[in-house]
Amino acid sequence: MSLFLIAALPFLGAVFPALLIRAGRNASSMAAGSVTLLALVGLLINAPAVIRGEVITARLDWLPWLGLNANFFLDGLGLLFAGLILGIGLLIILYARFYLSREDPMGQFYTYLLLFQGAMVGIVLSDNILLLLVFWELTSLSSFLLIGYWKHLPEGRQGARMALAVTGSGGLAMIGGMLILGNIVGSYDLTVILQNKELIQSSPLYLPALILILLGCFTKSAQFPFHFWLPHAMAAPTPVSAYLHSATMVKAGLFLMARMWPVLAGTSEWFYIVATTGLVTMLLGAVIALFKDDLKALLAFSTVSHLGLITMLLGFGTKVAAMAAVFHIVNHATFKAALFMTAGIVDHETHTRDIKKLGGLRHLMPLTFTIATIASLSMAGIPPFNGFLSKEKMLEETVHTVWMGSHYLVPALAVLAALFSAAYSFRYIWHVFMGPVRHSYPAHPHDPGPGLWLAPGFLVTLVVLIGLFPNTMVGPLVETAGNAVIGGGHEHFHAKIWHGFTPALYMSMIATVGGIALLMSQRRLAAVWDAARRPEAKEIFDALIAAVTRASQWFTDALHNGALTRYAAIFVVFTLALAGYAYSTGTMAAPTREMLPVSAMPIVGWICIMGATACVVAFHRNRLLALVLMGIVGLVVSMGFNYLSAPDLALTQISVEVVTIVLLLLALNFMPKETPVESTPARRIRDVVLSVTAGLGVGGLIYALLGRDFSAPSIADYHLENSYSGGGGTNVVNVILVDFRGFDTFGEITVLGIAAVVIYALTEAILSSRVRARLLNRVMDTPQAGDAHPLMMVVATRVMMPIALMVAAYIFFRGHNLPGGGFIAGLIAAIAVIMQYMASGFGWAAERQRIPYHGIIGSGVLVAAVTGMGAWFNGLPFLTSAFGYVHIEPLEEFELATAALFDLGVFLAVVGAVMLALESLARFAWQPGIIPEHPMDINPERDEDGPQTSGQEA
Amino acid sequence: MNHWIIAPVVLPAVVAPFIIMVIRFHLDLQRIFSLATTVALCAISLMLMSQAAGGTVQVYELGDWPAPFGIVLVLDRLSALMIVLTSLLALAVNLYAIGSGWDARGRHFHALFQFQLMGVLGAFLTGDAFNLFVFFEVLLIASYGLMIHGGGKRRLQAGVQYVVYNLLGSTLFLFALGTLYAVTGTLNMADLAVRVAELPAEETALLRVGAVLLLLVFAIKAAVLPLHFWLPASYANAPLPVAALFAIMTKVGAYAILRMYTLVFGPDVSVTQGLVGDWLLPAALLTLAVGSIGVLGAREIGRLMAFAAIASMGTLLVAISLFNPQATAAAVYYIVHSTFAAALMFLIADLVMERRGGEIIAQRPMPQTGLIAALFFTGSIAVAGMPPLSGFLGKLLVMDAARDSDQVWLIWAVILISSLVTIVGLARAGSILFWESHDAAHVREPEPEPEPHEDEAEVEIAPKAPALPIVACFLLLGGLVALTVFAGPMMDYASATAAQLFAPVDYLDTVLRRTP
Repeated sequence: MSLFLIAALPFLGAVFPALLIRAGRNASSMAAGSVTLLALVGLLINAPAVIRGEVITARLDWLPWLGLNANFFLDGLGLLFAGLILGIGLLIILYARFYLSREDPMGQFYTYLLLFQGAMVGIVLSDNILLLLVFWELTSLSSFLLIGYWKHLPEGRQGARMALAVTGSGGLAMIGGMLILGNIVGSYDLTVILQNKELIQSSPLYLPALILILLGCFTKSAQFPFHFWLPHAMAAPTPVSAYLHSATMVKAGLFLMARMWPVLAGTSEWFYIVATTGLVTMLLGAVIALFKDDLKALLAFSTVSHLGLITMLLGFGTKVAAMAAVFHIVNHATFKAALFMTAGIVDHETHTRDIKKLGGLRHLMPLTFTIATIASLSMAGIPPFNGFLSKEKMLEETVHTVWMGSHYLVPALAVLAALFSAAYSFRYIWHVFMGPVRHSYPAHPHDPGPGLWLAPGFLVTLVVLIGLFPNTMVGPLVETAGNAVIGGGHEHFHAKIWHGFTPALYMSMIATVGGIALLMSQRRLAAVWDAARRPEAKEIFDALIAAVTRASQWFTDALHNGALTRYAAIFVVFTLALAGYAYSTGTMAAPTREMLPVSAMPIVGWICIMGATACVVAFHRNRLLALVLMGIVGLVVSMGFNYLSAPDLALTQISVEVVTIVLLLLALNFMPKETPVESTPARRIRDVVLSVTAGLGVGGLIYALLGRDFSAPSIADYHLENSYSGGGGTNVVNVILVDFRGFDTFGEITVLGIAAVVIYALTEAILSSRVRARLLNRVMDTPQAGDAHPLMMVVATRVMMPIALMVAAYIFFRGHNLPGGGFIAGLIAAIAVIMQYMASGFGWAAERQRIPYHGIIGSGVLVAAVTGMGAWFNGLPFLTSAFGYVHIEPLEEFELATAALFDLGVFLAVVGAVMLALESLARFAWQPGIIPEHPMDINPERDEDGPQTSGQEA
Repeated sequence: MNHWIIAPVVLPAVVAPFIIMVIRFHLDLQRIFSLATTVALCAISLMLMSQAAGGTVQVYELGDWPAPFGIVLVLDRLSALMIVLTSLLALAVNLYAIGSGWDARGRHFHALFQFQLMGVLGAFLTGDAFNLFVFFEVLLIASYGLMIHGGGKRRLQAGVQYVVYNLLGSTLFLFALGTLYAVTGTLNMADLAVRVAELPAEETALLRVGAVLLLLVFAIKAAVLPLHFWLPASYANAPLPVAALFAIMTKVGAYAILRMYTLVFGPDVSVTQGLVGDWLLPAALLTLAVGSIGVLGAREIGRLMAFAAIASMGTLLVAISLFNPQATAAAVYYIVHSTFAAALMFLIADLVMERRGGEIIAQRPMPQTGLIAALFFTGSIAVAGMPPLSGFLGKLLVMDAARDSDQVWLIWAVILISSLVTIVGLARAGSILFWESHDAAHVREPEPEPEPHEDEAEVEIAPKAPALPIVACFLLLGGLVALTVFAGPMMDYASATAAQLFAPVDYLDTVLRRTP
């Protein structure tokens, strides 16, 4: 079967359990099992070829640009691991079917399990280290889901997060390591990397790469000091613990060390980092395991210890040790998975995992007792079980190992670890199954059905068989896998129970006898152990995470405290700093333009503008006054435009001023008259300094710019030349607006229209909230004018209206050739209408205005757009103008230009936008029953006619 | 002349006023027109991308005026990709807004939505610096309307900050354009490029000021530290589907940086040496760091997503700030990923928010909790840059591209550590939101009536959960998956895009009608 299919099957199959759970738990588990079985069969089909020494590959380009490709290969090591993953996976699926209770969502469980399985298979088959990283992190993620499977248990949630944080961070470190490795070799393909030992080990980046990759391995394989997450991951259901945390996932780190062994091992750095870590872990795990009362915790720490053992063997860097490591991987997987399953059975049957509450189960659960005993003895390293064989090999290797010049340190510590290992293994038998039968079990224990014992039973059969016939059972497999680890050369694998009286045998005997002795005194030692204060990894980790989280909260909230003034201050400082830096690192020649003489008018204007600005600063708390002062600034600016021969700008500016001031006045109507003091004097000083600096900076920039010519002839000349011939107008400003850069204008009228629509929507939102009631009930802080709609004003505005509209029309039509245009005309027309609103009130005017302003805005933008699209029918681009001259008697010759239509769109959009904004703001003032019937409150004519004086009471 | 180039701008620009004018009182009609327009935009932009993929640069001269005197739109690989991205995103968000009923919670949602698209698409297509300003205004004002859609005190407050801060940016934009025009006498980007390259060496200071001011403007849009302050509150308080659409807004800033600082002020231009990458890189790293810290420190899900968005902008800008073809190719890939991922997370946040409120505390399980948790998990994988989704590939690409940088260790360290912080933060939030809610001991609410079976409870609470929002989420997720599976072809396109950006001869020749 193709390697792609083997790797993909678990992922594809992961859908089925989740779906089929609706058809029952059996269907779900059968689906998961079938998928796994299929993949396993597919793998085994390839096994003979691999044992013969072939390497099976499958390659597919994924992201060749990066060197990340879906390349898989299957060699001995891959075969061994994939076999373990799929084989034990199958047993676990069987076991879990009977382990999980009715309340547990089993479909989810199998889905997660298959996802995990796929990720593991992916790791061991990857021929590309980046692809391997993908699967590596996937195992972290899927195990996160599996550990947190019982989401209602806090231990599960915390354990899941801890595991993710630790293994995830290791994975991230490994990303760095793998990238470095790929950089050294120039390829991310594993088979290529494995052939470049010299290149890698001579690289100055070898050590960083090694450390980063090992961080990934150590966190994953729970090596000291990252071992603490594994026991907490035991909050997962027991099948998960058996599968992930003993047989497979935690071995991913070992796998990778074995995989990389040919190129990374053999240096003193490798030896001291890996072997030492392994040794410490082995010892530490074994010691802690002895004092754990929770069955699963005991097994968890024993797993830590055995992982340390294998790590240490790999760290030795010798071929024999590597071979032994591979052998122990097989053995550990068999007996430890079986042990976890028996622990699960005990838990399942007695409803407790506390060793102190157990004991005497051998009579009640003889079958479980048998399985557990065989597996434990194997773990303790007692012949004739398989654990003995690999432990012997390990002890044998330690004898040949010199650590920092010491010949005795490693063997001695290894024996000590083995001694503790034997002790906790015996304890598992003795304290759980031996002793008197109790009457205080939380439930009535008895042997489970075959669904639960078949899987561990099968595994202990292997334990025995491998122990008795190692070379027949697993010889070829271990040999192929071991040779794959070693890389070059061929190492023969041979194991036998009786070696003669070797040092390893003596060491084993010491360990066994010492282990029994230790178990005798376990209770007393445990009292001492419990009394001693030890750093509790979980507490430290939790405290660390909590502290980091709190610090993050504090930092984030403090940094983003919501004060706009501070944000703006930072913005100003940053801008000034960067602009200042850019300026100071550049060069500047002398100004190329001469200064103009200063005449009286600009000085007057300057004084006005400066005075008004200073007054705004001084009196800004009085909002009305500030508005008036800003009006002065606007007026002076428009006069300035006029003085500098820019009548279009002047006209625009002045009409914009009028409209904005009116709108702002309306808005002020609903706001307090005074701005309250909210800032401290210190902050005001800061703001003064900042704003003055920014102002001077901008002023200086403009001053510098005005004194210099363009570096190349500006595009303005072209506009001047082509305005009449190409645009049909003599007013270049208008031609630029409606023709040269009509697209900008199109955008800007859209902006105007959107602004008005937004104001409308905002008004609606506010008025449909509780603000409405506040507005209705508000009491004016100053008395309102008694005559809200004065006669004089009404009359005057009525007279003004046609005149103003006429002016607007005039401005509009002259625009193309003389100062004017749709924009200004629109503003003037809007002002003409606004005056009516001001004179007779919003309600009165609105009743007489039949075209909705929404429509006017929309039509404006549409007219402009449609005019632009008209050009398409001539095969010309959007907004291409056409114009021609028409002569109809008795009129003089006049020009017809599509630009005028476009300008009409501008006109409409401006009128609509201004009016919609006004209308929206006016709606805030709406009170029931104030729509006047008449245009003015006091009308002498009406008084003579009849008694009706006012519509106010309506 | 290929008129399709302007269709992405004109189509929404016509539909939006039409909606305002004719069908403003008919929500159903608005939905139909808005959705149809979005679908059409997808089709048009995909067609344009297929044209641009070959490497030809197309120019659309508005008003038939030649550049640099008139305004031009330019379609090249980058702009084509960006409009495709925008259209696809818009489709998903539009579906979500319709399905969730968000569009009915205030006035003019669809009109503003289309205007927003017009602004964004125009900004991507234009080849004129001032026109870019205009489109920035369009998208800003429309986004303001969308942001405060539905109203409410907090939203309006955040909206004011948003608009004020962005007005500061707009002002700066004008200063920058004024400066650039005063020095060079032109506004067309291609023409700017030519003139900047020919600028006399003794007259660089003012142009440098202009260039750096412009960069600051784009940096505000791209939420680069310390100019990101507008983002967290406004995204967190905006209607979250709108925040999902805003995922493209920060990319407008990133796009503009990429465009202007390869075309006009490219890495080879001597005048602006030492101005751009030198401070953008540390700023980007800070952005990434602060973003991920914000993810961990978030108390509220909208804010969490906002900081996740900031962090992803940080990663993106790291790639951009290196200003070399390889890193830019990575950036182009990452832009697509980051947009989809951020949008997806905001939509998921809205699903959560609508069902149980935004605070990250344990509450009773919400309806559809399994589905939403699965979406959250997948989305988190994407956002945190974990395998197998495109975030991981993007991160690898960025890191790989950084290996020749002097700062490679710093860059790698910041990216990896902030990934870890993000993972921890997301795991924390997800665990509280979706798992702890099942733990009766931790739920902060008066004990509800006993629930016999979880599935039954779900059926009771959520009989009418609309499907469309979920479909929208899966659409975005599908985008991420496609981006992952077809990473190879996508990177071919991205590297071709980068090559085009760093060898802009074609661009200049086509826009300025030069014969090579």
